[in-house]
Amino acid sequence: MKKRMSVLTGALVATAVSATAAMAGTLDDVKARGELLCGVSTGLPGFSLPDDKGNWTGLDVDTCRAIAAAVLGDAKKVKFTPLTAKERFTALQSGEIDVLSRNTTWTHTRDTSLGVNFTGVNYYDGQGFMVQKALGVKSALELDGASVCIQAGTTTELNLADYFKLNGMKFSPVVYDTSDQTVSGFASGRCDILTSDQSQLYALRSKLDDPSKAEVLPEVISKEPLGPLVRQGDDAWFNIVKWTLFAQINAEELGVTSANVDTMLKSENPNVQRLLGTSGDAGAKLGLGANWAYEAIKQVGNYGEMFDRNVGPKTPLQISRGLNALWTKGGLQYAPPLR
Amino acid sequence: MSTNKDIATEPKRKSSALNDPQVRGYIFQTLLIAFLVWFGWVIFQNTLHNMESRGITTGFDFLQNPAGFEILMSLIPYSSNDTYGRTFVVGLLNTVLVAGLGIFFATILGFIIGIARLSKNWLVAKVASVYVETLRNIPLLLQIFFWYFAVLQPLPSPRQSIDFASAVFANNRGLYVPAPIAGDGLGAVIVIFFLGIIGSIFMVKWARKRQEATGQQFPVLYASLGLIIGLPIITYFILGAPLTWEMPELKGFNFKGGVRVIPELIALLLALTTYTASFIAEIVRAGIQSVAHGQTEAAAALGIRRSVALRLIIIPQAMRVVIPPLTSQYLNLAKNSSLATAIGYPDIVSVFMGTTLNQTGQAVEIVAMTMGVYLVISLTLSFFMNWYNKSMALKER
Repeated sequence: MKKRMSVLTGALVATAVSATAAMAGTLDDVKARGELLCGVSTGLPGFSLPDDKGNWTGLDVDTCRAIAAAVLGDAKKVKFTPLTAKERFTALQSGEIDVLSRNTTWTHTRDTSLGVNFTGVNYYDGQGFMVQKALGVKSALELDGASVCIQAGTTTELNLADYFKLNGMKFSPVVYDTSDQTVSGFASGRCDILTSDQSQLYALRSKLDDPSKAEVLPEVISKEPLGPLVRQGDDAWFNIVKWTLFAQINAEELGVTSANVDTMLKSENPNVQRLLGTSGDAGAKLGLGANWAYEAIKQVGNYGEMFDRNVGPKTPLQISRGLNALWTKGGLQYAPPLR
Repeated sequence: MSTNKDIATEPKRKSSALNDPQVRGYIFQTLLIAFLVWFGWVIFQNTLHNMESRGITTGFDFLQNPAGFEILMSLIPYSSNDTYGRTFVVGLLNTVLVAGLGIFFATILGFIIGIARLSKNWLVAKVASVYVETLRNIPLLLQIFFWYFAVLQPLPSPRQSIDFASAVFANNRGLYVPAPIAGDGLGAVIVIFFLGIIGSIFMVKWARKRQEATGQQFPVLYASLGLIIGLPIITYFILGAPLTWEMPELKGFNFKGGVRVIPELIALLLALTTYTASFIAEIVRAGIQSVAHGQTEAAAALGIRRSVALRLIIIPQAMRVVIPPLTSQYLNLAKNSSLATAIGYPDIVSVFMGTTLNQTGQAVEIVAMTMGVYLVISLTLSFFMNWYNKSMALKER
């Protein structure tokens, strides 16, 4: 009996210790596994959506692919886990995924109390409203008494309450679990308004039977910086995820694209040389190979390519760069220098 | 020989206490409990330690923080200025509401269908069979989706509501019925209603005693109907009908005034009721069939009418078989109500384990509290059903 107890105790202590140890080296885990575990949404056009062959596409998906290319040298070595808004943080905290790239808003509470770190912003968004055209509403200030469809577990729920309270209006919220249910509630007329981040509104509108019957109101009622996040307490991994996105933004600024990256290897520009690893040791400082950024750009592209391919004006979403243009072009995308 | 005698007369002095099976039993049970307590403590500490080392906030302080989000339906006053603790209560009450109503309606419908299955009328019996076999064999979640997305959502928009006598309106936002507004003197009507109930209870006892003593019957049913319903109605009109109705009216996007029943509640209630009723029907049928046919024949031989025999002989015996599995169905219904989250009914899982968990991120505390709620609801239900079962059980004299 006693012996068995001590064996059990030992086993328990061992699991406790190993659980803590496993948290420390996400980079080693990813390398040993040969695969990056990435949490994405359950299906949002432009950000993360599987096509009919099961291949994931989207801006958030490409963010993960770039990390896989930088770390493992192959953008295809990613396993995507679809998560609802409610499941996402638990999945990251428990170690089920290595990085969460799921149109998640960077907020103070999330950053400080969930044991996660936001690594940057891959899309600057804001919350808006979509209404049925038949209602004849032209401004969000005419929405007193409306029913509003929302997805559970989002910052949207709080912004909405704040906005209506601030303007002295009342509403009744109808909260669904997935974005598909939210759209279906809106389409059937259960709600007058659907509210979400503006980028998502366009994506969701494209899912309606007749998108022309709905319109997105001009008001933007909140700041929604969306970006990838990692577990707190593993700074090496935090740096890798952070700098992969910075490298893609810097690449766009320097004019390095997936098409010209090979010729750029011969570039005389010291900034480009440091980025592509032909000089300096940027890769080694992250614990990666010298060609980390080269692989990410070669296989996934720079930030602008990623944006245009998934949500840009030539896609069904037709979103212009706006706030997401480079700082040199009047936008907010600004990456610290690579030196 | 002498040693044998010693053992027989003084066994305790010879053998150690450790060999006494009872003492040993206590020792092992104590050890087991100590081990379980220690095991639970280690897990608790380990969780706490790991969460702290990863910078995850722990504790129940968040319950005092303002929630900042709205809830579709609340039985108590609630606004976004209230605390997370209050969202817990709002969700809890919504769960209790749908579970309570579900149990009530499922019991009535289940008994009707169960008795209908035994009907001598071929059509009635077959309709009941088809009902049971269809509904209990389709997953509950699909039935909830069916009622919500296929039946209630295609209803017209508020401006084209289906209108019943300009008082009750049905549309895809819910069912609107007039709200009663109490006037002066309505309290007296309610008091008389309750007095009627109490009076009826005494009358039933008195009538039973009289029947046992003299064999004379008393028309208990009509007399108690008169007491409980007739008397309050007479009082109501004597006091000049002190009750007005607030009619629902179309204003802006939606109806204002009246009482609104949200479609999420209707869909969930319909699905839970019809689904659980199909199981209850089978339990009721089994209970009635378990009463030996000789009992019916004996009653007939004594000249007891069929309806009286059913009420006084068959059903009391059937109930003994029915109550234990019925308890399980009630528990299932209460737990199945958590599927509410799929259609956005604001029950405790949707509100507290959904939105509140997401805004605070304190998964361990919130999930534990929610599990505690279902445990308490289920244990309370079990307790009452066991008590009822005991009072119905065969009393051996």
